[in-house]
Amino acid sequence: MAAGRTIGGNGSGRSLLHLGRASGAALRLGGTVIVTLFGLLLVTFLIGRVVPIDPVLAIVGDHAPADVYERVRLELGLDRPLWEQFYRYAAKVLQGDFGRSVLTSNPVLTDIARFFPATLELATVATLIGVAFGVPMGVFAAVHRGRMVDHVVRVVGLIGYSVPVFWLGLIGLLLFYAKLGWVAGPGRLDVGYDDLVDPVTGVLLIDSALAGEWEVFGNAFRHVILPAAILGYFSLAYISRMTRSFMLEQLQQEYITTARVKGLAESRVIWRHALRNVAVPLVTVIALSYASLLEGSVLTETVFAWPGLGSYITNSLLNADMNAVLGGTIVVGCVFVGINLLSDLLYRLVDPRAR
Amino acid sequence: MQLATRALTVLAGLAISAVSFGALAQTPRDTVVMAKQIDDIISLDPGEAFEASGSEAVANLYDKLLEYDLKDVSKISGTLAQSWSVASDGRTYTFKIKPGLKFHSGNPVTAADAAWSFQRAVILNKSPGFILGQFGFNKDNVKEKIRAVDAQTLVMETDAAYAPTFFYYCLTAAVASVIDSKVAMQHVKGDDFANDWLKTNSAGSGAYRLRSWRANESYTMDANENWVHGAPKNKRVVVRHVPELATQRLLLEKGDVDFARNLSKDQLDGLAGNPSVVLDKGNKGTIYYIGLNQKNPILSKPEVREALKWLVDYEGLAKTVMAGRYEPHQSFLPKGYLGAIDDKPYRLDIDKAKALLAKAGYPNGFSLTMDVRNTAPQTDIAQAVQATWAKAGIKLDLIPADGRQVLTKYRARTHDTTVYAWGPDYPDPHTNAETFAMNPDNADDAKSKTLAWRNAWDIPEMTKAIAAAVKEQDAAKRKAIYEQVQREHQKTSPFIVMFQEIEIAARRKNASGFIIGPSYDNNYYYAIAKN
Repeated sequence: MAAGRTIGGNGSGRSLLHLGRASGAALRLGGTVIVTLFGLLLVTFLIGRVVPIDPVLAIVGDHAPADVYERVRLELGLDRPLWEQFYRYAAKVLQGDFGRSVLTSNPVLTDIARFFPATLELATVATLIGVAFGVPMGVFAAVHRGRMVDHVVRVVGLIGYSVPVFWLGLIGLLLFYAKLGWVAGPGRLDVGYDDLVDPVTGVLLIDSALAGEWEVFGNAFRHVILPAAILGYFSLAYISRMTRSFMLEQLQQEYITTARVKGLAESRVIWRHALRNVAVPLVTVIALSYASLLEGSVLTETVFAWPGLGSYITNSLLNADMNAVLGGTIVVGCVFVGINLLSDLLYRLVDPRAR
Repeated sequence: MQLATRALTVLAGLAISAVSFGALAQTPRDTVVMAKQIDDIISLDPGEAFEASGSEAVANLYDKLLEYDLKDVSKISGTLAQSWSVASDGRTYTFKIKPGLKFHSGNPVTAADAAWSFQRAVILNKSPGFILGQFGFNKDNVKEKIRAVDAQTLVMETDAAYAPTFFYYCLTAAVASVIDSKVAMQHVKGDDFANDWLKTNSAGSGAYRLRSWRANESYTMDANENWVHGAPKNKRVVVRHVPELATQRLLLEKGDVDFARNLSKDQLDGLAGNPSVVLDKGNKGTIYYIGLNQKNPILSKPEVREALKWLVDYEGLAKTVMAGRYEPHQSFLPKGYLGAIDDKPYRLDIDKAKALLAKAGYPNGFSLTMDVRNTAPQTDIAQAVQATWAKAGIKLDLIPADGRQVLTKYRARTHDTTVYAWGPDYPDPHTNAETFAMNPDNADDAKSKTLAWRNAWDIPEMTKAIAAAVKEQDAAKRKAIYEQVQREHQKTSPFIVMFQEIEIAARRKNASGFIIGPSYDNNYYYAIAKN
């Protein structure tokens, strides 16, 4: 038995009970989220303080005289005990003050507001590509299990798993940008298009569309498509493999045989009956791969000179710029929690039993 | 198969739509575009900027009172200053500002602006603040010691009679840039002297004004038509952060940037056959050396130190891993500085080294560690040195680590040896002489932590000689002191000075005129023209 529809209960007592249960769950969920984020903050903070890197040097540089060094050390509060440093930091964070990044001189939140949309844009396009190609490929491979198509899909997936992303990125640039000229080069826009569109969301594709600047939109699209395709390929590899194995399991179920015996068209059997039942685990898979892309992918960002969150956090970490690292980590943590909540909601949409 | 066909159709459609978005917007003729690693920029405030990229940006946004001829360091000329002189007491300097000069805002350039700029640099005392502070200015006395007498006249009183050249060269450093105080005052927060605002904005009179600055992404400058040396030959300069070097190369070859600033040997070799790419080169002040910690009893023996200097294949390294970007150099003052010498007494000589080691009591060698930053060229140098030292029986263990980790260890004096680079802080020989050849207090908690201190090299005599050099009024005699100290230093110091950096900017053939000076604050954009 699968895909059974729940028989609607319509008693008002039941819906009250449902409401109570829901608010209890929301409370529990809120508690979990807070504990998770707090734990994340604490662990990141401690790691930042125990790494053998002197954060003062990141600010004043190697050549600064001793008095400058000492003053900055005191300014950072590094002379105080660890618990006090953390307490001060956490108290500020609770007031919405994440401090300043040492490296960029900007408030951390300002930086994140600039870098995160770049990552969001890239990750979203990449995930769309991954889903648009990965799901049909997985289904297709499962249906034609053991035949040539299946092998091709699996090899494509395997390559996606095993080829290093920076290599693929460079080769992609060499081929599609340098040799063929199909796409634009590294960066988010050509120099000539800089500053033509006022940032509203920070996602160039959206901002330019809102402003009706279609030339800018086209240029932004030409810039995002290659890195997104590269990242999309990696999420495609994951999504197609998982889709394939979910589908294989479903296609062996009795209801599929029943449907076929009933004389339903094969495409209907596959796309309406079988695929629908893998929707829930598939949403989880897609959400996970989207979330991991939203962390920012350092290598792709580096190769494509993409000013995203991944290289921001990494660069900050390498320079012991802990305010930026902590702020970035919290954002990534929130993204994970948010995507999880979102996929929970999606379950309810695709699986009536979860309503 | 139907599905595959459909997927292919979608793919093809996507590819075509990408193509149909039309021709590339080539960089406009009057705009210069550079691909460069600029994630080291912390601040664009002249009183604070001290990193390579930040200094370069500041140099193009602001003017100083004085400048020197990049081809002949002994020729000092005025940028904003019309005349300058020192009183007979050797301590009171008077500068006359050229009349009629204007900042980007339209405000006139006055002595009061210069006084305010220097005062704030001393009071803020950020990383480069000591370049002015070393003349006896501090937050308590600077308003009295540096003052504008009238709109065109600036007076500065140092605490002792220093060599005038020392003072003048320090005034050519980025920290001595003249800021538009009227504009800056509008952005003061508390007692920050507009530091917060100037980190990300410009208020100068330089060849360019800052149009936009996005950390880790790009900065854009617009030309100042009214610049003191005349309008720049281009209208705008865009510098984009491109961290990956292979990507920089692709952008350059494709013509989407005019300059690729950080290419390494691999990329440069690959560009050799490209007729539309030209390499601009210039000596940079950065020096690569190996530091030998004198806390290690083996390394503290003079024969061992000398032996190790005979155990580096300077020429071989220069021709292979260091080719193109570094040239052999064995003294602590880089070429292009007052008093620099070109003596290269050492070459690879294993027999000589073995004899010295035997004399020191180590005929069969010993074991050492070397802390190495895990980037090129440090790792390349370390591996080559490991091989040549092994030939004399010295077993060298490399400890690769992130740059900040190596630095933290080096500053704590817990290393045996380390490969490191030193770039001068300002264009006077004292910057290197002080760090390589002065160690006023060798105690662990010493205030002055020079490179000599980091390697625990106790040198009271040499320290005195360098202290005398900064007070030598006669420029020729001053030069002679540096030359003599360097020759002594080559023989006895725990520093194996090996290479001087050459900065290379790969550029499109049609974009010429980039000026690469001996320090990063002498890299100028104004003469770049595209045709």
